Amino acid sequence: MAAPLTLLLLVAVTVRAALYRSSLADLISERVEVVSPLTAWKRVVEGLALLDLGVSPYSGDVFHETPLIIYLFHFLVDYAEITFMLADVITAVALYLSVKDYNKQVFRKQKYALEADRYPLDCLELIRSPKEMQYIPLKVAMFYLLNPFTILSCVAKSTCGLNNAVIALFVLSTIKGNVLLSAIFLSLATYQSIYPLTLCAAALLYLLQRQYIPVNLRRFSFWWFVAQYAFMYLGSLFVIVGLSFFLLGSWDFLPSVYGFILSVPDLTPNIGLFWYFFAEMFEHFRLFFLCVFQINVFFYTVPLSIKLKEHPVFLIFMQLAVISIFKSYPTVGDIAASFIKHHKASSASSLNIFLVSCVLLACSALFPVLWHLWIYAGSANSNFYYAITLLFNVAQILLVSDYFYAFLRREHHLSHGLYLKRKDGSEATLVLK
Amino acid sequence: MGLLSDPNRRRALISLLTRLNAPICVVCYMAGVAWFMGLAFEPFTLRTYMSENAMGSTMVEERFPAGERALGTGREFSAHKKKAGGMPVDWLVKTMQSRGLEVFTQRFSRRLPFPDEDKERYMVKGTNVYGILRAPRAPRTEALVLSAPCSPGDDNNQAVGVLLGLAQYFRNQVFWAKDIIFLVNEHDLIGMQAWLEGYHHTNTTGMDWSPLQGRGGSIQAALSLELSSDVVTSLDLVLEGLNGQLPNLDLANLFYAFCQKIGVLCTTQGKLQRNDWDSVSGYSHAVQTMMLMVMKQASGRPWGDHGLFLRYHIEAATIKGINSFRQYKTDATTIGRLLEGMYRKLNNLLERLHQSYFFYLMPSLSHFVSIGYYMPAFGLLALILLLRVSFQPRLLTTYLLTDGVPGVLSVLTPLVISHLTGVALYTLPIHFQEIAVEHFPVSETEAVVLTAIAVYTAGLALPHNTHRLLTGRGTENGWKVLKLVAVLYLAVLLGCTALINFSLGFILALTLVPVAAFVTPDVPKALSAFIMVILSPACTLLFSVFLFQELQEMPVSFLDGWMLYLSVISQGILDHALYGSLVYPLVALLVYPCWLLFWNILFWK
Repeated sequence: MAAPLTLLLLVAVTVRAALYRSSLADLISERVEVVSPLTAWKRVVEGLALLDLGVSPYSGDVFHETPLIIYLFHFLVDYAEITFMLADVITAVALYLSVKDYNKQVFRKQKYALEADRYPLDCLELIRSPKEMQYIPLKVAMFYLLNPFTILSCVAKSTCGLNNAVIALFVLSTIKGNVLLSAIFLSLATYQSIYPLTLCAAALLYLLQRQYIPVNLRRFSFWWFVAQYAFMYLGSLFVIVGLSFFLLGSWDFLPSVYGFILSVPDLTPNIGLFWYFFAEMFEHFRLFFLCVFQINVFFYTVPLSIKLKEHPVFLIFMQLAVISIFKSYPTVGDIAASFIKHHKASSASSLNIFLVSCVLLACSALFPVLWHLWIYAGSANSNFYYAITLLFNVAQILLVSDYFYAFLRREHHLSHGLYLKRKDGSEATLVLK
Repeated sequence: MGLLSDPNRRRALISLLTRLNAPICVVCYMAGVAWFMGLAFEPFTLRTYMSENAMGSTMVEERFPAGERALGTGREFSAHKKKAGGMPVDWLVKTMQSRGLEVFTQRFSRRLPFPDEDKERYMVKGTNVYGILRAPRAPRTEALVLSAPCSPGDDNNQAVGVLLGLAQYFRNQVFWAKDIIFLVNEHDLIGMQAWLEGYHHTNTTGMDWSPLQGRGGSIQAALSLELSSDVVTSLDLVLEGLNGQLPNLDLANLFYAFCQKIGVLCTTQGKLQRNDWDSVSGYSHAVQTMMLMVMKQASGRPWGDHGLFLRYHIEAATIKGINSFRQYKTDATTIGRLLEGMYRKLNNLLERLHQSYFFYLMPSLSHFVSIGYYMPAFGLLALILLLRVSFQPRLLTTYLLTDGVPGVLSVLTPLVISHLTGVALYTLPIHFQEIAVEHFPVSETEAVVLTAIAVYTAGLALPHNTHRLLTGRGTENGWKVLKLVAVLYLAVLLGCTALINFSLGFILALTLVPVAAFVTPDVPKALSAFIMVILSPACTLLFSVFLFQELQEMPVSFLDGWMLYLSVISQGILDHALYGSLVYPLVALLVYPCWLLFWNILFWK
């Protein structure tokens, strides 16, 4: 299995290197779909220049990356392209390994269940065979590496690639069951862009499950583990933030990074839902709607965690998707990250997935066209562009809910049999309501 | 949501779509065409109205008196033009200076990729002369442009005369709040391109020009004047610009309003408007006017010197004087008054023209169809493609699962091959002209056009069954997947095209959608191949040329039509090279490969 993976990595790196050398790179790095004010490479360069001049990079309103990133690129600025390619490679390998490991667990669980005759007889076809599962890790890695969205954001040197790498490492360490590393990577991801905070619940659920600690609010062992994890998570977060302070010598970065993410002052159009609303809104409603919009990201954690408490890995996927839809400055790179787990769930119901992928594809083609009409030709206006943004987000939401539905349906079939009968004996179907 | 996730209703919907697919497609096509033809029917259209308040209720008086003197200046210009054998730069500079303008010149030169036989030019060298009338009333942050071309021969002398006459008259008025730039450009669009690029400090086409020495504010609107006779019977308004872009409808409204006020006959597409919309001939007249606009817009080329302004967010139109055999004539004074009125209203603008429509079609100068009304016609055609896709939802996944890597390859190779053919069609004609001229008895222009046609035809003969080499057998699902990909590709492509240039998208959809809908390997080969060739992009262009001539009431014989067709192709390639028109690359790199995919499906074994 190592040979195909190496080949895949080589192909991916070649494609990226070729694009870096072509004239497209400049064009891509200007596109609002690919870079956001948070992740634009141009802004990182500006921050570096300010840092070199001995000025705080956060003076002025250009640079919004975290201090660690800027110190990282302080040393690596000449090797930026390699760094970004490396980040993608790390993400892919981490995903590959974690999916492989997870598959093993699923398979083991399945075996136990089979031996205990827990599955109904007629749903044997739903059970995964090792042959099917053999290629899933490779497919996931391929899906991430050769995804045009990922390639675009890598070529644009969007720092979103680094965030994805951190999140992938978090997933890997969680699935391997390494509590400390999981907490550290999660805190790094949170430090980068707040929103991964919501992955905390999923990680906890998984680690609890792995250590055979039941989720029971009255049990001491449950609380003890939660406290341990919270301590590690908050501790490393504290260390990282403290480190940033000592590197920079001021707290400037807090309002400039997190304030910028949460209060959304930059309304440059992007593929998210924020800019249009807040450009239209009366100033005195701003705070209220800001809260409403931001709560959206965090709110889904609770119901999803309750519903999916037996399947924390799927919960991680759902959370990533929700973040990429509702975050304040989304880019296509985030979306690529949220698609990565798709192979696991797509065992049933492929009509919608096909339809939704078509919509996503068409939207990706329409973004530049409507942007051209609005900004260059001046004949269309922001409503045209926002309409496509909405469609794009609706498609994403449909996609996510579709996976959710497919996943639930599979679980239901596994416990109740594939051919459901109504009470009167006629064939029944499952409906998501 | 319910419809998508409830399996029962979904199944019912799918079975309905599958059973009635063909009839629904036919109905959609008919409805699309009928909708389009209905657009010209007057009760379905809107009357034009002025949306911009700053140009609406404010009254202006037109007092321009010096039409005769302007014609005299025009004659003087013509004499100096003949003497100089081109742009009489010194005379123009002196004349403009004596009228109190700040005068500047700009030199430019450009080598065309191949000789332009229509306009007989290859190495182009010229000079633009422009004078700026500084606004006395306001900070000079905005400007208006009035331009007239310096054309070879006896054309457009009167336009320059009127331009200079207006400059002299405008100089003595105190109410100008915007700079007014009077521009005389040489070599029509090439000069205009050089001037605009110089004005905005951009260089998109790799042309050589000297930088501008003087500038006004940001240009808000521009008019280009074409006038070749002392008196005219009517004025024609030309709106279509580069890539089918149109100026804000308010500019057309402004022109129409002043023509009504002053009592000048005005036309668009050279067609007067008629009042008998309820008669057959009245309706067909409106259809002709609209069709002419659609064809001009679809060609993607600038139809007047104004066409390049639109790229810079500047609303612009060309006003053409037409002298025909009517009794009623309009003299130069009236034309001057009309322009004076328009400029005074434009002078009142407080912001850029943006209130009215940018996407519209005009069946007559007083009526228009907005995007909301004409898009459904395209939507109905595009719906056919979606219907053809919708009945095979599971195909892709099952195909990927059963056929694996060779299956993917057998679909991928036709895609790659047809796109490579497209790239060849795009690059070879210009690169191979020298070789072609050496080996064949043709001129450079002919060489370019004939190479393009040759590459196009050669594409048809490409190996079509590469999948058999790869997999050793023709898979049953292979062509279905290829068709699915091709139909989706076509849908996205046409959708994007129709947004940028509705006319082009609609004409392409009219011919390509039936192809996409009916092609399978099972239909009779010879007949279908014939139909497909008839409906291919190149033949569409050929028919369009004949139809265009027919609509202009200048029918041509087949041979003349063929020559015209060849020159249209060369002009298309030139437009791309000179002004960055997108139609040629679009057709060569995307539409043609897409059509080749369907061709491939037809010969799938």
